[in-house]
Amino acid sequence: MSDPIPHRIHARPVPRPGRFLAAAVVLVLAAMVVNGLVTNPNYRWDTVWLYLRDVVVIRGVMWTLVLTFGSMAIAVVLAVLLAVMRRSDNPVMRWVAWAYIWFFRGTPIYTQLVFWGLLAVLYPRLSLGIPFGPEFFSFSTRDVITAFWAALIGLALNEAAYLAEIVRAGLSSVDPGQTEAAKALGMKDSKILRRVVLPQAMRVIVPPTGNETISMLKTTSLVIAVPFTHDLFYATNAIGNRLYQTIPLLVIAAIWYLLITSVLMVGQHYLERYYGRGFGTETGRRRAGGGTGPSGSRKERKARKQDLIRQSGTTKDDPFLEVTP
Amino acid sequence: MTTTSSTDAGTTATPMVEVRGVHKEFGRGADAVHVLRGVDLTVARGSVTVVLGPSGSGKSTLLRCVNELEEITAGSIVVDGERMGYREDAKGVLHRLHPKVIARQRQRIGMVFQRFHLFPHMTALENVMEAPVQVRGMSKRDARTRALQLLERVGLGDRTDHYPAQLSGGQQQRVAIARALAMDPELMLFDEPTSALDPELVGEVLAVMKDLAADGMTMIVVTHEIGFAREVADHVVFMDQGVIVEEGAPAQVIDSPREQRTQEFLAHVL
Repeated sequence: MSDPIPHRIHARPVPRPGRFLAAAVVLVLAAMVVNGLVTNPNYRWDTVWLYLRDVVVIRGVMWTLVLTFGSMAIAVVLAVLLAVMRRSDNPVMRWVAWAYIWFFRGTPIYTQLVFWGLLAVLYPRLSLGIPFGPEFFSFSTRDVITAFWAALIGLALNEAAYLAEIVRAGLSSVDPGQTEAAKALGMKDSKILRRVVLPQAMRVIVPPTGNETISMLKTTSLVIAVPFTHDLFYATNAIGNRLYQTIPLLVIAAIWYLLITSVLMVGQHYLERYYGRGFGTETGRRRAGGGTGPSGSRKERKARKQDLIRQSGTTKDDPFLEVTP
Repeated sequence: MTTTSSTDAGTTATPMVEVRGVHKEFGRGADAVHVLRGVDLTVARGSVTVVLGPSGSGKSTLLRCVNELEEITAGSIVVDGERMGYREDAKGVLHRLHPKVIARQRQRIGMVFQRFHLFPHMTALENVMEAPVQVRGMSKRDARTRALQLLERVGLGDRTDHYPAQLSGGQQQRVAIARALAMDPELMLFDEPTSALDPELVGEVLAVMKDLAADGMTMIVVTHEIGFAREVADHVVFMDQGVIVEEGAPAQVIDSPREQRTQEFLAHVL
C-alpha cells in the first residue's frame, strides 16, 4: 500500500458544466432520431425485414462485391503503371500519365460510365491489327463489352487515376538515398523499384487504398448509368418500384452497404496497424525495435518489419495525398 | 564494347582510377552551381586515397561522380581502364551509355554512404545477400554463405538476423560495408562513413576500413578523420572550392602543408 511518491497531488478537476449540458442536448437529439426511425410507420420495418435477405438482394450484394474488388484489382495494377510513368524520364510517358489522371479525375464517374455503356454505339466493331494498317480480326463491341465489363472497366479506369496519385505519393515518400544505395550496388531501375522502393512505399500506399475500396463499394451504385442492372442498389430499387415501397428498400440498401463497409473498416483497421501507420500512440508495440531477429509468427514478423521501416526514417509519414471526394 | 581488353591490359602500371579535368555543374544558366572546377586525380591500384576538405568543397560530389551517381559536366573518369558513363567512337564522338551498362559498371565499385542507406525491410543478412542474388544471379545458398562470411569479417556474425533499426549506427555502417563488399568490388568509395556516428562508434567502423586497406583494397575515402588519414592513407588530397589544392603523402599534406588554405583547414580540425 505504500506509495513511492510522497504527497501525491489529489486536486479537484476544473468544473465543466458545459460538457454535461452539451452531452445531454446531443443525447436527446440522438434519442429523437432513433425514435423517429423506429416509430415512424412509413419506414415499413416489416417490409425491410422481409426483403433484407431476398435472393435478388443477396445476388445484388454479390455483384456489388465482384464489381468493387474486381475494379480495385485492375485499378491497382494500372495505378502503379501510371505512377511509374509519371516519374519516368521520358516526357511523353509523364505527359500521357498526367493527361490520363487529369481526364479521369476531372470528369464525373457517372458520365464515364454512360460513355462506356455507349461504347458499342460509338465503335460498333473492335479489331486487332497494325495501327493504321491491316486488321487481323475484328469483333462486335456489343458481344465483348457487355454491361458488366463496361461497368467494371469504367469503375477501374476512374479509380486508377486516384490510386495513381496515392501510389506516386508513396513512391516519393521513400528516401532517395535508398535508390542511390541500390544503384551503387549495380541494380537496374526496374529491380530497384520492385525490391527496394515499392516495399517501403506500401506503408504509405495501403491505408488510403483501403479508404478507396470503401469508397468504391458505394460508387458501384452508379453502374445503372451503363446500365448494369444486377448490383445491390439497382436490385433494391427495382423491388421498391415494383412494390411501390421505395423507402423500405432504400433502407435495405443502406443496411447492406453499412454492413459491408463495417467489415471493410475492420479489415482496414488491421491493414493500417500492420503497416504501422499512426504508430507511436499505441502501447506495447515499441518493443518491436528491441526484438532479436525473426521469431514469432509470420504475421507478427511482417508487422514488426513495417515498424522497423518506419523507425529507420527512410519514408515520410505525411506526403500529400489525394482522396476521392 | 568494353571490358575484356581493358581488364587484360590492367596491369599494376595502369591506375585504378583516373580523373581528368572533371567539372560538375548543378543546374543550368544563371542558377548553375559550379561544384567541381577541373579536378585531376590518379588513384593507384591497392592504394588508399583520403580526400580532405571543408564542407562544400566538392569532395563528396567527386566521389559520387566516380560511380556515376552524378553525371559529370566535363572531363573524364576512367575506372580500371574503362571510361565511366560514356563511350567514345572512332570519330571521337561521345555516346552516353545505356543505364544497364552503367549499372554493370557500378557493380565493380562499392560505395558506403554517410547515412548508411541500408534497406530497412531486410535483415542484415538479406541486405548483404540482395545484390549478389538480384544483380549477379547468384544462388541464395551461395549468397548466404558469402554474406555470413562477410558479416563475420566486419564483426557482426551474431547480428545477421537483425533489422537495420535494431542495430547501432556503427553496426549499420559495418553491414553497409559488408553489403558493398558482397559484389567483390575492385574499388571502394567511402563518403564520410563516420560522420553520422556517435564518437564512441567511430572506432569500430575505422577498424573495419583499416582491415580492408591492409588487404590491399583500392579505396577513396572522404572523411574528417585526420588520424585515419595519417595512419592508413597512401595519398592525401586536400580539396577546396571545387579544386584540388594540395596532394601528396600524408606526412607531407597533413604535417607540413605547403598551401595556406590547407594549413587553415587543418588548424581548424586538428
